[in-house]
Amino acid sequence: MSRAALLVLADGRFPAGGHAHSGGAEEAVKAGRITDAESLERFCRGRLHTTGLVAAGLAAAAALGTDPLALDEAADARTPSAALRAAGRKLGRQLLRAARATWPSPELAALAAARPRGAHQPVVLGLTARAAGLGPEDAAYCAVYESVSGPATATVRLLGLDPFQATAVLARLAPAMDETVRSAVAAARRVPDEGVDALPRAAAPLLEIGAEAHAAWPVRLFAS
Amino acid sequence: MMTEVLREEAVPLLSRPAPAPAAADLVPTGIEATARITARRDAAGATVLPVLEGEGPLAVRRLRAVGAEARAALVGAMSAPLGGDRLAVHAEAEAGARLRLTSTAATIALPGQHGQPAFYDVRLTVGRGAAVHWLPEQLISAAGSDLHVTTDAEVAEGGVLVLREEQVLGRTGEPPGRLTSRLRVRCAGRLLLDQELCCGPGAPAGWDGPAVLAGLRALGQLLVVRPEFADAPVQPRMLADHASVTPLAGPAALVTAVAPDALSVRKLLDEAMTELLA
Repeated sequence: MSRAALLVLADGRFPAGGHAHSGGAEEAVKAGRITDAESLERFCRGRLHTTGLVAAGLAAAAALGTDPLALDEAADARTPSAALRAAGRKLGRQLLRAARATWPSPELAALAAARPRGAHQPVVLGLTARAAGLGPEDAAYCAVYESVSGPATATVRLLGLDPFQATAVLARLAPAMDETVRSAVAAARRVPDEGVDALPRAAAPLLEIGAEAHAAWPVRLFAS
Repeated sequence: MMTEVLREEAVPLLSRPAPAPAAADLVPTGIEATARITARRDAAGATVLPVLEGEGPLAVRRLRAVGAEARAALVGAMSAPLGGDRLAVHAEAEAGARLRLTSTAATIALPGQHGQPAFYDVRLTVGRGAAVHWLPEQLISAAGSDLHVTTDAEVAEGGVLVLREEQVLGRTGEPPGRLTSRLRVRCAGRLLLDQELCCGPGAPAGWDGPAVLAGLRALGQLLVVRPEFADAPVQPRMLADHASVTPLAGPAALVTAVAPDALSVRKLLDEAMTELLA
């Protein structure tokens, strides 16, 4: 395993298009549910323990070698919002393109052939980690970090929040991120015996509903 | 205290076929009870209910059929679930049968005497070309309770499932109990939906925050699986500030509603149901 490969994959500048998504923060800011660093932190904690945990479980399972198409179906079932499924597949398609150029592998090529319109992003992320010689913990760390860093940086732009404060929010979430990774990887390790039903499926109703509201806006700063 | 008195009377009468061994008296145990309903299409095209069995706190009553649809209701025969209880409902509509299952009152999850969690498992099986409507009243998570609800539905090809779930976090003016509610649906062998909501004391942080429930205390989901939705999926749209309908990745639509109170949730789900079943 190469620690440097993890930094390459986790870098916000990795050209996979994630910067265009706010993780539901744009809708929550407009609806008045995120107004400052404190409400951003509560938003991020909720997102981490739901969407973040689910993404980390899928990514860890893909990194362990679980059939990516079974995981893609599991991701669909865990994403009732049509807007979020579309966003997840679009992000997956962009990541897959970048990953195949960065760490070419037969598994990435096979997934691209099987899902030409894109597989869910966490599944691609896990398979990319695998292609880069990384493990399930690494894949899960990328997923949980993305689940909160997206909303935090988006809120800096949306609210004019002090970037130092936004970064401090992320730092305060670090212990919870460690814990989320542990539970996601533990679940992923049960998949060979129990199937994909063992993976986390935590729901966040307001993120699901808000994603549909956001998708209907005529003008928006972020794609989701 | 009233609750306890009722239980003491009702338990031996309704749910305990044999006395527990003396040694077990020292171990706190809850009630285990399963209600079973099977709907079958008869030669004339009507639906009959060859199995209609209640147990303990889960009594089942046959209601008047409407057309080809058989109807039954769960009737709470005592206060349940309390901590430590394990309740289950297994309902099946065999090929071509039509079953509508309701409940006569809200289910209130209450704490037990020894702090153990309670479990409530609902298993719905919809045969080929069959229809199941599972429309129970609200589940109320009372302060101090800890309930795990699992709803598992399996829908065969051409089957129709209408499933409503509503949760109310705490009775009026009290904090909620701990509630873990998983809804998993397979359709023609394919996984269609797998979601779990955890809320209340001890749930992962953020459950009451701006990404999950934002202090709102009532939520509901209405799932409609219909073969027609395979070719003509519903268009995703908002139904209210905190309510939307979305097509799933399969022949189904899901309405999710969050609101300050149970009545608002019910009104949204009722309106959506009329539209989705039209």
